[in-house]
Amino acid sequence: MKGARGRAVKGARVPAPEAFPTRPYDLLKEFTIALVVVAVLSAGLAGLFSSPDETPVTLASWSSAAPNDFTATAVAELAGSSTSAQYGPPYNDTPGAGQKIGPVGLQRAAGVRIPVDPAEDFVLRPLRESPEPPEVTTALAQWNAATPDQRQAWSSAYADALGKAPDGDPAKVAPADYGPVPALAAGLLTLAQAGSLDGQLLTRGRFYQTDYTKPMLLLADGSYLSDRATAQHLTGSQWGMMNETGNYPGQAWLWLYTFWYQIDPFKSSKNADAEVWAIMAVLSLALVLVPFIPGVRSVPRWTRVYRLVWRDHYRTRR
Amino acid sequence: MTSSWTGALRRYALRKLPPEKLLPESQPAYMASWIYVFGVLTVAALVVVLVSGGVLALFGPAWWHVSSVGKYVNSVHLWSVELFMAVMVIHLWGKFFMAAWRGRRALTWMTGAVTFLASIGTAFTGYVVQQNFDSQWISGQAKDALNAVGVGAWFNVLDFGQMLMWHIVLLPLVIGLLTVWHVLLVRMRGIVPPIGATAPGDER
Repeated sequence: MKGARGRAVKGARVPAPEAFPTRPYDLLKEFTIALVVVAVLSAGLAGLFSSPDETPVTLASWSSAAPNDFTATAVAELAGSSTSAQYGPPYNDTPGAGQKIGPVGLQRAAGVRIPVDPAEDFVLRPLRESPEPPEVTTALAQWNAATPDQRQAWSSAYADALGKAPDGDPAKVAPADYGPVPALAAGLLTLAQAGSLDGQLLTRGRFYQTDYTKPMLLLADGSYLSDRATAQHLTGSQWGMMNETGNYPGQAWLWLYTFWYQIDPFKSSKNADAEVWAIMAVLSLALVLVPFIPGVRSVPRWTRVYRLVWRDHYRTRR
Repeated sequence: MTSSWTGALRRYALRKLPPEKLLPESQPAYMASWIYVFGVLTVAALVVVLVSGGVLALFGPAWWHVSSVGKYVNSVHLWSVELFMAVMVIHLWGKFFMAAWRGRRALTWMTGAVTFLASIGTAFTGYVVQQNFDSQWISGQAKDALNAVGVGAWFNVLDFGQMLMWHIVLLPLVIGLLTVWHVLLVRMRGIVPPIGATAPGDER
């Protein structure tokens, strides 16, 4: 008993480094050489491979390059069927929206903190605040006078019709009663193509600003941005955020985070983001607490990789 | 002996980390492997990251899009980050397989692991403040994940100004302080002896 205890205590004890023979070691010289090596390598890699810098998409460039996609997005904002309109917290209070980790809904618990009303913020207000041709002014007045049900009926019907039209082209939409929606969408397209919408969604009466939440939400509601991302292998099913445009290593260290999105059940889960974050939070905590986790902290002893590191020591000891 | 706070702090610091322990001219003979180089390489890469990032900060976030010199400095920043993360991961795995937390060194491991996680956050905020298509796409995707766990309104990746502050002020400060703490802990505790090693003269 005593012997067993004694062995256990002796096995756990780690002697002080000072008790071992030493050899000369110049830490400052080692650091200086390391600094030169890393600086030269960084400078060389930068010279050889540069860095990616793909031009950002603006509302103007999107609406000019893909006007039909822009129009369909504007109509979806009016119909309340866009991603932003259906998002839930922190942007709006769509019933049932918000991811959960099991029974815990942190997204809804956080509440609406950055209020966004896509129809008003992305379409109606920019039109109202711009000098518009008479048909758009009339359309705005017709929209304002209509009941919510009537607005919904017009915009949903026009969204469906655009979906069925060849290339989603507004000029080829089957004739029907879409109320003021076509004029509103056309007015917003003109505004966007002129570059005005980029500024309007950003400034909101201020000169200085840095918050791109609204223009980014509108951009992300269209398919132009995601089509470009797909072409650049950047979507979630393509190992997403850890990549970057071009053939660059990107954030390779996010491999474990991105990995979960590639497998079931997360691949098809509507709560994937929250679930993956929960897993990564637990794993991150486990990494920090490795010295205290039975089993995990013994892996080095079992794998014996350490014998390679200290092979001189073990050889000498033998 | 005075009773001032300053004097007490000096005596505490000298007791915990006397100059010969802080800047020793010798190391235990068992410290003889290339794996030991990756710790100092990580600190060296951090210095290159900070200096190249400092030059970018000097001229502002839009500079590197319109200047060939700026583009080169941005490239140095990018590649030094790639090297920093690579050597840090090798350092981390090396320390794992050496069970380097033994002998009252758990805090050294923990500060290192938190620095690794903070570095991931810092690199991420760097990607979202590039002001290019990558920033747009990465922030657009990341907002969903952050909103899903209820923090997106307070850590708003679509707010360029907020992300820039995190990237160039808050997180570098965290990494800097953690790195100093980590290195001081290494110097205080010394290099962990090999697994199963007994002090010479203590063998049976």
